[in-house]
Amino acid sequence: MFKILEAECLADKTYKMVVEAPNVAHACEPGQFLIVRAEEESERIALTICDYDREKETVTIVLQTIGESSYKIAEKKAGDSFHDVVGPLGNPAEYVNEPLEEVQKRHYLLVGGGLGTAPVYPQAKWLKEHGVDVDVIIGTRSHDTLIMEQEMIDAVGEEHVFVTTDDGSYKRHGMVTAVIEDLVKNQGKHYDKCVSIGPMIMMKFCVKLTKELGIPTIVSMNPIMVDGTGMCGACRLVVGDEVRFACVDGPEFDGFLVDFDSAMKRMKLYKTEEGRRLLEYQEGKTHHGGCGNCG
Amino acid sequence: MAIEVDMMKKVPVSEQDPEVRAKNFDEVCLGYNEEEARAESTRCLQCKNPKCVEGCPVRIDIPGFIAKLKEGDNAGAYEIIGEASSLPAVCGRVCPQESQCEGQCIRGIKGEPVSIGKLERFTADWAREHGIKPVKKAHSKGRKVAVVGAGPSGLTCAGDLARMGYDVTIFEALHKAGGVLVYGIPEFRLPKDEVVEKEIENVKALGVEIKTDYIIGRSETVDELMDRQGFSAIYLASGAGLPMFMHIPGEQALGVYSANEYLTRANLMKAYRDDYDTPINKGKKTVVVGGGNVAMDAARTALRLGSDVTIVYRRSEKELPARVEEVHHAKEEGIEFALLTNPVEILEDEEGLVRGIRVIKMELGEPDASGRRRPVEIPGSEYEIECDTVIMALGTTPNPLISGTTEGLETNKKKCIVTDEDTGATSRPGVFAGGDCATGAATVILAMGAGRRAAKGIDDYLNGK
Repeated sequence: MFKILEAECLADKTYKMVVEAPNVAHACEPGQFLIVRAEEESERIALTICDYDREKETVTIVLQTIGESSYKIAEKKAGDSFHDVVGPLGNPAEYVNEPLEEVQKRHYLLVGGGLGTAPVYPQAKWLKEHGVDVDVIIGTRSHDTLIMEQEMIDAVGEEHVFVTTDDGSYKRHGMVTAVIEDLVKNQGKHYDKCVSIGPMIMMKFCVKLTKELGIPTIVSMNPIMVDGTGMCGACRLVVGDEVRFACVDGPEFDGFLVDFDSAMKRMKLYKTEEGRRLLEYQEGKTHHGGCGNCG
Repeated sequence: MAIEVDMMKKVPVSEQDPEVRAKNFDEVCLGYNEEEARAESTRCLQCKNPKCVEGCPVRIDIPGFIAKLKEGDNAGAYEIIGEASSLPAVCGRVCPQESQCEGQCIRGIKGEPVSIGKLERFTADWAREHGIKPVKKAHSKGRKVAVVGAGPSGLTCAGDLARMGYDVTIFEALHKAGGVLVYGIPEFRLPKDEVVEKEIENVKALGVEIKTDYIIGRSETVDELMDRQGFSAIYLASGAGLPMFMHIPGEQALGVYSANEYLTRANLMKAYRDDYDTPINKGKKTVVVGGGNVAMDAARTALRLGSDVTIVYRRSEKELPARVEEVHHAKEEGIEFALLTNPVEILEDEEGLVRGIRVIKMELGEPDASGRRRPVEIPGSEYEIECDTVIMALGTTPNPLISGTTEGLETNKKKCIVTDEDTGATSRPGVFAGGDCATGAATVILAMGAGRRAAKGIDDYLNGK
């Protein structure tokens, strides 16, 4: 069992938890993820590592409730435990294992969309701590759904954090791509590398733009997974015409090569069933047939 | 009333009726009762030079345990099996006996061989039902050995090493020990709670510690296990890895699974049970591509989840690599076989869901490198099979997690870890390997045989031999 030390609601349907997980905390690096099973009967759910503390042997996870399984994770309170936490999974971000003097020559642009802001945070922190220039764009639907702005400012400095909202309710108005264009074209910023993490559709358009601008871009893919250790093959993606597996080959890939359309299609597979299960879980058996719409 | 034994024929074993079992996940074969086992044991010729033992990858003293059964000493029979196998209840159920022990049985020359697998199963089940556990004999040597992966190979190696007196820790990446026994082989062939879990308990009773949720190659590397955690030797048994696909159009469509994913959802994650949360696509019409045991398991699982199932295999029935019993059971349950047929494209609808599979008929040509006749396409013979689910059961490629994080560990061109066949030794001193990670996908018993040899190899290594 893995004890939850802190649990906090960051925004609507978005939760942050600090969990005791020594085997993950000792070894994890930016770019990696972990898998949680809330209970014995629960699914294995791949989640983002948002922060870690090697001394306290804890990791911080951030998640959004989408279906029944993530809902069961989010329902847990401080003092409760998860049945399983396993990781770190996936490969560390490529700069972690590159010669530091090479990495320090680059200017990084990190782009976090929605929940993707959480996995961008440890990357921003790592780069800054290792003396690498980094700017961060946080894109979100609205001011209410914004997460981790202060943490990001504390990590890289206020002048390096650019927040934009789809509805214009806070700071900039518009998509992350508009911010990238503004920074590069109007403010004379130069970037050697971009790391973009967020909804697939955001990453797709982000890559389209960075390709035009000639900024090599890494994206972090989070397809459906079961075991997460290189066995089941559920997380397969098409990258540069090859079948690759997010859990052992990724989760980070060269964004210019990822086939986002097929990846987005595969995300849909369990949506209906997950939704039904969530309703059933929240409303009990009463829902079935009760609404008159879904039988 | 005593059972009348025809010396030329196996004592029949009871099975669930095909029509009933096609709708449940309970075990298909019900095994021998005591009387049936006793009767079958009389068929053994007690050969002085027993060929059956040579056919057994873990070298069980087969005439020895059968003699005990004949005397009515079931506990004695279990003790003899236990000297060679840590997982007899599993092996009695899943070994391809027809090509191993029973394939070499002298009784089998004129009639049917002795039903060695069913007798082994009876012995192990009897011991479990009577609460008999294997005994740890040796005193602790005070030396630590790590085993990576709690599948059949790792459990066997760990059990043997523990019996020799080593302190053994198994590191398992999944949340449950058992490897392919829990994620791959279905409940109806190998019951999880009653059989697999109990056999794992027996390995633990020998003093083996199993750490689940622990990924070697990520949490800790092989070098860290040796340098930081003080393990004197390591046995790598991380199993088969990523599933292979055909690289034909439509493979990314919704409703295309690897057999590994489909079986993992159904077995390990128990998608077939309402009290578990795992979703699975319960198709109406499923096509399984492949002809091995995994293909049969996937097909029979899909059938039990309520789907019509067709197996598409590019060679003929004779070349089906699956156990004869599995093919027989699959047919009895109503699974269709499209033999000498190969997929060329998976068809999807406008939503991206699978709507069918286009296949082409094949004929057998000249023998290939494996000695089997190579299937060749018959031009113009393409046709479509309607389906909503496609399961690819084409084999696997080794998992890169450990080979990719262990410096100096030699792998071959198929990315399998290179080992000495007799000892399991790898290119790294103190690091041994076996099972699917060294051989590519094979059987439970071959993995167990490798585990046994490696246990001996490790013992010799640690004793400076």
